[in-house]
Amino acid sequence: MAAVSLRRVLLAALVVVGAAFGLLKAEAGERTPVPQPVKPAAAEKCVADTQFMRRNHMKMLLHQRDETVHEGIRTKQFSLANCVSCHAVKGADGKPVAYSDPKHFCRTCHSYAAVRVDCFECHASRPEEKAKAANASDSSHDPALSALSAHVAEMKK
Amino acid sequence: MSDGGNDMIAPDRRALLKSAVGLATTTIAPGVTLYAFGVTQAGAKPADQPVTSAKRWGLLIDINKCPPGCDKCVTACSEENGWKSSGHPETDAQWIRKVTLRDPRTGAKREAPAMCQHCASPPCVDVCPTGASFKRADGIVLVDKHICIGCRYCMMACPYKARSFVHEEHDDQKVEAPRGKGTVESCTFCVSRVDAGRIPACVEACAAKAGAAMTFGDLNDPASDVSKALAAGASAQIRADLGLDPGVRYRNL
Amino acid sequence: MAKVKFQTLDETSASFWALVGLHVLLVALGLGAALYMEEHGHIVTGMNNQIVWGLPHVFAVFLIVSASGALNVASVSSVFNRLAYKPYARLSGILAIALLAGGLAVLVLDLGRPERLIVAILKHNFKSIFAWNIYLYTGFMAIVAAYLFAMMDRRASQNATLGKSIGWLAFAWRLILTTGTGSIFGFLIARELYDSAIMAPLFISASFLYGLAFTVLVLIMMSSETRAELMTEEMIGKFRGLLAIFALATLFLTIVQHVTRLYSTAHMDAEMFILRDGGIYTLMFWGGQILLGTLLPLGLLAARGFDGGRRGLTLTSILFLAGGVAQMYVIIIGGQAFPLKIFPGYEVSSSFADGAIGRYIPTLPEALLGISGISIAMLLTAVALRLLPFLPQAAPEKA
Repeated sequence: MAAVSLRRVLLAALVVVGAAFGLLKAEAGERTPVPQPVKPAAAEKCVADTQFMRRNHMKMLLHQRDETVHEGIRTKQFSLANCVSCHAVKGADGKPVAYSDPKHFCRTCHSYAAVRVDCFECHASRPEEKAKAANASDSSHDPALSALSAHVAEMKK
Repeated sequence: MSDGGNDMIAPDRRALLKSAVGLATTTIAPGVTLYAFGVTQAGAKPADQPVTSAKRWGLLIDINKCPPGCDKCVTACSEENGWKSSGHPETDAQWIRKVTLRDPRTGAKREAPAMCQHCASPPCVDVCPTGASFKRADGIVLVDKHICIGCRYCMMACPYKARSFVHEEHDDQKVEAPRGKGTVESCTFCVSRVDAGRIPACVEACAAKAGAAMTFGDLNDPASDVSKALAAGASAQIRADLGLDPGVRYRNL
Repeated sequence: MAKVKFQTLDETSASFWALVGLHVLLVALGLGAALYMEEHGHIVTGMNNQIVWGLPHVFAVFLIVSASGALNVASVSSVFNRLAYKPYARLSGILAIALLAGGLAVLVLDLGRPERLIVAILKHNFKSIFAWNIYLYTGFMAIVAAYLFAMMDRRASQNATLGKSIGWLAFAWRLILTTGTGSIFGFLIARELYDSAIMAPLFISASFLYGLAFTVLVLIMMSSETRAELMTEEMIGKFRGLLAIFALATLFLTIVQHVTRLYSTAHMDAEMFILRDGGIYTLMFWGGQILLGTLLPLGLLAARGFDGGRRGLTLTSILFLAGGVAQMYVIIIGGQAFPLKIFPGYEVSSSFADGAIGRYIPTLPEALLGISGISIAMLLTAVALRLLPFLPQAAPEKA
């Protein structure tokens, strides 16, 4: 009928498309429990304390990422591979679980916070067999920490 | 980037020792590094130092030493970087491949490995809208998959058909070779190995299991194996007419 | 000349709503297809490592090229002072914006990582013609929007200098924009069927043709919708003449494009691939682009046939547009199907399809995504026509 405004028709179409999108994307199942990420046994802290890491790990990864890819700077302390290696969570078969497993260290919090992790679209989400021997890096580097804090503080400016 | 960018990264001595395959390094002055003993002439740079244009990595492939039917370089690359057949030959990635060349007049056949030629003036870098396709200071051409939007314009631009688009999801990546659906990839000269002072997997495999047809090294260093080999005789660039100055050269093509 | 009055599209027929419904459905299917492609990766399309750009790009480039051409009528009226075209200037502007939006939507939704569009907006490599195009496209939208404002706002439209200068700016911009679009292919030194400066003028000429064909089709449809003849006999004659000129210009540049390559021994095989040996591409070229898309509609225009030319003009415009899609298919996909000569002088073969003709069979999702671009453009136009007075009232009498 001509009286129905085009806008309304379009709006309805949008809602339908939106709902279909939601259905496709929504994960079936129960509520996500409050995360209890497992701390690596090897060290109390690797880069910085838990509170700091919770808030800033993404900034460090972002910073390191460009230096590694474009300039070939490959220090281990802030490398994603090192994070994945230390924080590996073992599954029922005794092998580290991949990001597709809800028990994966990163996933426990990210599912809860509903923040998408893009890293593992490309990066390995678990250490390689041979890389497993690579242990945690030195537990606390004070110069690194202070430099990092300076860097983060500067970013906040 | 802050000026203090470098000093935030503390040298991780232990990791360095591991990654460089027992290579001991001593920095005697900024930018000058002594190598006490090493596996290759490639030489490891300290892990916390950026690459510079002092080096330009290159590769010479002697086709006479490249036996027909041999694909040791291809399997080594696939193994090292985690790309493999998924049964879809038209969409599967191939970072390196053996190309069979047949002279239409004589019917004479030979084979040559083809991969990213790591051009000094790479067309893929020119056309990339976001700068994801880039050339490192040391001449290695890479895709920064963090900012690749998957437009595939670089694949249209590459004269060597060196690039592949990742058409499917993967969750079995190698730690040192991130690759993911929706982004473009190609030969990296095994960049993390090179940064650790090692040679690319294909070169290593060719030397160990095949005809040692490949010589890798620093084109800027006249004393490097690759420079000496290049100086010793004629070599060719593929599509030299395009003037791209590829880092990969062929002999007896 | 009497002052032109404009109207919104108020009274609409059932067939109009049926058409709107069809376009809504096609857009929904296109968006669904894009989601499906993003979820599964491009493995669900016919695109591969040989044919990296497929049907979505054919439609996207076709729409983007049409968009700049749709602005023709407005440019003719304000830049070249042809008052007879003035009643259609607003429609031509809004159609240009809508077509560009449709084309860009398809282009973006086909990306491997469409959610990273923000990266494309924030990070630029200025040596890339693609990066330049991002500015050209967004700039075009802004300039044409300003142009429309200058035409439609009560006070701004009094200011002749303003209208004229924005008109000039829009005209220059659209020429640069299409130069940029053609150069996406023209700058590709690697592929012998692209690498040519003629791509820019060829695309500009094609844009005149497609854009006008779109404008004429919308005008004819709106004439039946408003139950008033929006075009006088005189205007129909002018549009017929312009379509013929643009089609002949495009044909001329196409001939130069192919004959130049044919003359070079090095490129003869590539050229013969399109002209003789290319299977579907040869068929698309001779049957689609040349016969159905150029010669037949030119013949129809010359014949001055049925129905005072209106039905003939509808058919002619549809044929020109179909020919345009065929032309884009031959250029974009045919250009990739012919193998790269990595080792000139040798017959080559490999596991990576070296030396082999690229195989491309489009799948349903990518076809739906491509077609949805046209529907997005048409829906946007319909919404605009309902909301604001873009359409002229009745046929403006002869001056």
